[in-house]
Amino acid sequence: MNKQTPLIELKNIELAFGGVKAVDDVSIDLYAGEVVGLLGHNGAGKSTLVKVLSGAYQADSGEIYVNGERAIIKNPRDARTYNIETIYQTLALADNLDAASNLFLGREIVNKFGFVDDDAMEAATRKIMGRLNPNFSKFSSPVSALSGGQRQSVAITRAVYFNAKILIMDEPTAALGPQETEMVAELINQLKADGIGIFLISHDIHDVMQLCDRISVMKNGKLVGTERVEDVTDDEILAMIILGKNPEKKS
Amino acid sequence: MKKSLKKFVDAIGIDMRLLGMIGALIMLWVVFDLVTGGRFLTPRNLFNLSVQTASVAVMATGMVFVIVTRHIDLSVGAMLGFIAMIMGSLQVYILPEYLGLGHWSIWIITVIVGILLGALIGAFQGWIIGYLAVPAFIVTLGGLLVWRGAAWWVTQGATIAPVDVTFRLLGGGSSGTLGDTLSWAFGIFATVAALIMMVQSRRRRAKHGFTPKPLWAEFALGGIATFLITGFVMIMNAYPLPKGAVKRYAEANNLEVPAEGLFISHGIAIPVVIVLAIGVMMTIIATRTRFGRYIFATGGNPDAAELSGINTRLLTVKIFALMGALVAVAAVIASARLGSVGNDLGTLDELRTIAAVVIGGTALSGGIGTIHGAIIGAVIMQSLQSGMAMVGVDAPLQSIVVGVVLVFAVWIDIVYRKRAGL
Ligand SMILES: Nc1ncnc2c1ncn2[C@@H]1O[C@H](COP(=O)(O)OP(=O)(O)OP(=O)(O)O)[C@@H](O)[C@H]1O
Ligand SMILES: [Mg+2]
Repeated sequence: MNKQTPLIELKNIELAFGGVKAVDDVSIDLYAGEVVGLLGHNGAGKSTLVKVLSGAYQADSGEIYVNGERAIIKNPRDARTYNIETIYQTLALADNLDAASNLFLGREIVNKFGFVDDDAMEAATRKIMGRLNPNFSKFSSPVSALSGGQRQSVAITRAVYFNAKILIMDEPTAALGPQETEMVAELINQLKADGIGIFLISHDIHDVMQLCDRISVMKNGKLVGTERVEDVTDDEILAMIILGKNPEKKS
Repeated sequence: MKKSLKKFVDAIGIDMRLLGMIGALIMLWVVFDLVTGGRFLTPRNLFNLSVQTASVAVMATGMVFVIVTRHIDLSVGAMLGFIAMIMGSLQVYILPEYLGLGHWSIWIITVIVGILLGALIGAFQGWIIGYLAVPAFIVTLGGLLVWRGAAWWVTQGATIAPVDVTFRLLGGGSSGTLGDTLSWAFGIFATVAALIMMVQSRRRRAKHGFTPKPLWAEFALGGIATFLITGFVMIMNAYPLPKGAVKRYAEANNLEVPAEGLFISHGIAIPVVIVLAIGVMMTIIATRTRFGRYIFATGGNPDAAELSGINTRLLTVKIFALMGALVAVAAVIASARLGSVGNDLGTLDELRTIAAVVIGGTALSGGIGTIHGAIIGAVIMQSLQSGMAMVGVDAPLQSIVVGVVLVFAVWIDIVYRKRAGL
């Protein structure tokens, strides 16, 4: 199998909200140019796990390694310095701002006097949006005036614009139409070819089987197992999700 | 007709809410002028109105940022009183001892100390709100009591007077104005600056290949700006100094006063210049800096802002520090205007400020608000009060009217927002 050091290693991550263990001793890893799918029922702990990596939460215990080196990620700013970009399930957009302001939020383009250059940001947004979602045209409205899919496009654009090395996608296509979903699938394949590592959370087993190299299944905060897609069938994955059992143990 | 007006407004890019506010203000003025038999819309009254609005208008610009980030600052009136007391003692009791009475640097040192103190108090309250997560409502309610009490302690309740002579000019008394020549210079400077900014914005957008506004719309906007600035200067210049001030002015300038008197213009009051300068500065901060962008992002969605790597706690400290510094500027204007400082200075100003901001279209739910809206809101509030006083409405009824107008204005704003889909 892979001999190189993984891009990301999460080791024995634990995180509890009050008494509830949302993530319970989970270890997963991710290699460059690889897509790892995270599956599990609602409330299994998928979002919480990746939020530890993106700096939104801090784990109660466990370690994160980036390129084999111990990484301390205390907040989203730290995650960005490791080139970890995230598409959150909630999208995390400022509804009152337009697409360009959201895309560049925290990383605005400034002119030589240090003032934000809205026109340059809008031009850049138009350019990248033209590649990802050519139907998108509402550049001057606040994102609250956009449809669910359009908002998701903005969130996706933001994550891929800044040369991510590690991309976390938490149900990125949940609100997208078939054409837009197809474009995201293409995008994922293209990013993969560029050597970017991707965590993909989705409830669509079919999608996951097509796009991912490996699949990790979670249940009640625990990791059920990680399988290579070529070694398992859709039904076996489904059984892992529902019953929380590894296929090997069964056979 | 209605459609073509809307088209016109859309093309020049002024939003309807701003237009509505200006409409309301003009209506208010016309009604008061009719009821008072032409005493409201006089250069003299408009000059006084501009000076009376200044202190609250300055604080309102800072309060916009506070409210946009879903906070509130109830302590600004009490802080104003406390800072004014400290500045008063400094310039009346302390500095003259070391520098001599009337030394030129007294007012400068006083203003700097005041602004630093304001920023410090604001930062401290902001730190409790941002880092200790105590709600702003509670922290600043506490602040209201603390600083009002502290203002009393400074002199055991005694009023401080008279303030430094140069310091007084900042309050806009009869010598605290620009005079006619400087007012014109100021007006021309403002007009040219506005026009240059419009041209540059047009060039920038053209550079990126965006469709520009139609040329006629640009000319219309430029025309309106020029008209408003020129009109304002002319009105302020049409208000002459009173006899006593003319005599002093004539003596200072070695002029002979003829029998029929001399017409010396007030011109724009210095506190109004301060308000305009701060208005421009705060608008630039709001729309053209990262700090401003983060304020609006945090107000729109605090979690999203945090996830985008914005340090929202530190941001809160900065916002309240800025608010505090502006309170100090307002304290300078208020105490300089009166020429003395009593420990009750600024009482209820927090409510006037918040009302001005809210009437000016800033949403308490966060994320939405403008600096110019808040300043116009302050003018509306002050017009309402001065107008009613001039008509002879008694004080209790005045406060009833102001209260009703506040609620009504916010309701209209909510209806408008729903309709506009904002
Ligand atoms: N901020 C929070 N405070 C308290 N409990 C939380 C919080 N966030 C998540 N949880 C709990 O942690 C557990 C895991 O939630 P998480 O959002 O990670 O699930 P998920 O696998 O992403 O589910 P879904 O498929 O519905 O998105 C759930 O039991 C949830 O109720
Ligand atoms: Mg989730």
